[in-house]
Amino acid sequence: MSRRTTGLAIEAEGLTRSFGETRALAGLDLQVPAGAVYGLLGPNGAGKTTAVRVLATLLRPDGGQARVFGHDVVSEADAVRSRVSLTGQYASVDEDLTGTENLILLGRLLGLPKSAARQRAEQLLAAFGLTEAAGRQVKKYSGGMRRRIDIAASILNTPDLLFLDEPTTGLDPRSRNQVWEIIRAVVSHGTTVLLTTQYLDEADKLASRIAVVDHGRVIAEGTPGELKSSVGSGTVHLRLRDADQRPEAERVLQATLSVPVQLEADPVAITARVGGDGTELDASAQAARALGELSRAGIVVDDFSLGQPSLDEVFLALTDHPAVPATDERDDELEAAR
Amino acid sequence: MSSDTATSTGRAPTVFVPSSEALATVLAPGARPPRPSPLSASLTFSWRALLKIKHVPEQLFDVTAFPIIMVLMFTYLFGGALADSPRDYLQFFLPGIMVTSVVMITMYTGVGLNTDIEKGVFDRFRTLPVWRPAALVGMIVGDVLRYILAALVILTVGLVLGFRPDGGVLGVLAGIGLLVVFSFAFSWVWTFFGLILRSEKSVMGVSMMVLFPLTFLSNVFVDPSTMPGWLQAFVKANPITHLVSSVRAAMAGTTDASAMMWIVLWSAAFIVVFGTLTMYRYNRR
Repeated sequence: MSRRTTGLAIEAEGLTRSFGETRALAGLDLQVPAGAVYGLLGPNGAGKTTAVRVLATLLRPDGGQARVFGHDVVSEADAVRSRVSLTGQYASVDEDLTGTENLILLGRLLGLPKSAARQRAEQLLAAFGLTEAAGRQVKKYSGGMRRRIDIAASILNTPDLLFLDEPTTGLDPRSRNQVWEIIRAVVSHGTTVLLTTQYLDEADKLASRIAVVDHGRVIAEGTPGELKSSVGSGTVHLRLRDADQRPEAERVLQATLSVPVQLEADPVAITARVGGDGTELDASAQAARALGELSRAGIVVDDFSLGQPSLDEVFLALTDHPAVPATDERDDELEAAR
Repeated sequence: MSSDTATSTGRAPTVFVPSSEALATVLAPGARPPRPSPLSASLTFSWRALLKIKHVPEQLFDVTAFPIIMVLMFTYLFGGALADSPRDYLQFFLPGIMVTSVVMITMYTGVGLNTDIEKGVFDRFRTLPVWRPAALVGMIVGDVLRYILAALVILTVGLVLGFRPDGGVLGVLAGIGLLVVFSFAFSWVWTFFGLILRSEKSVMGVSMMVLFPLTFLSNVFVDPSTMPGWLQAFVKANPITHLVSSVRAAMAGTTDASAMMWIVLWSAAFIVVFGTLTMYRYNRR
């Protein structure tokens, strides 16, 4: 028997939600295919958390509609709840209880008999490297451990859809890598993951599709590669053998590519944008031509690379503002919802 | 600081490396168990309340020390003035102060709920496919144990000071039973305020504003016949007055049928009105 679903895990149309004066969602559309990591990328205050809370049935939208595996999040909330679970930005386990107690509590609430709940708790704690901390109160856990117990609690019932709201915010690089490994394992076993993040490299590394969210709506959607190429340029990085040749190289590149060329702090390094910008040649062809021109001019290139723009550049191009954090959404929500 | 060791322990850091085999074991989808019954879900949530008492025993302070202080303070403060001696006053006063203390403790239900929401653990509970009121019912059932504990503490202090109820063991138990039933119902007022108010502090503030007049403007401390007419009117309508009358009667070995009827009606009304309002807010948040 397979509980896994193909097709769409989430369909949302025109979701709106305001908190007082703040429009957290301003007509959000989303189509999340089942069986992969879908990234919701945006700065703090973009509406990501509100979107997740609406989709996880914690919050009612003011307008629009959303279905999770075909079930309406408002009218069929109970059916949605039986297939999803959520790891929020804030502790979603009871900090006064121990790791084991938290997992047994949730296991029992999900209908497991006592002994099965205990067994499941032990299994999960072992898989998440928390056996040693099992008997300690969660409030005494470190940030990384806390995240892991949160995620362990979320997969207790192997949900079909897992919401991870900024799972790595505030973690050190090693803990972040651990969380990434866990997310990859979760997806490889068939659970769909909706991941919100403000880290562009995180979405790039984990998600097979990304929606860029800004001011409560999706402003771009696609695979990480599509998003990058939609911005229409790649970047050529060159390192010359002789620093004295740099002014000449700069002139040649400018003439060939007719784009601004950037001189790096390293006296032999030079960077130029290629592709897009109105020419019919694609990035690789332009780069090849530039390399040919340099060689004809007698300039020796030691190192050459052609890369896609970073998602940071993508974000900047899409929003006209860099991906800087604004205010904390949940605080807004707590303020306004009461 | 290592990310993998809690700061409070002196253990050597052990680095967790996620193992794909171990993760595969826990991620293999098993058959989903049937969802728990409303009763079972509520009891699981009350187990959580008990675990919290186990881990944070200080929270029992308000159900032990506070009632003891109340009994001692008012018995000796008013005893000589209002009756011939503190011991005489106690025969009249003990059921009343028991009601006052326990009803005052009910406000911690709202405070506790508010804290839970602030911390985010309620988000997880609200995404679980269980009977919706279970989290709140379980919480209040846990609180009921605190009410019983507080009542027993007060009874013990009273017995030591010379309280000798005519109703005997059964009468006293019946009195405590009435008080606990009423307090369970009354707690739903505070779950509602715990959900709509912004902070723990404002929940406390509102609770005090309601509880002080409610408990003092009653027949707890003095006989209402000494009060001005307008106040008597309020005191007579006050549910605390009915509760005190019925608890007093039970502990004295008699029955105050009309007070008892009022208590049943008030309790039902609190559950229906505030239980509904609470669940409405709980679902709409």
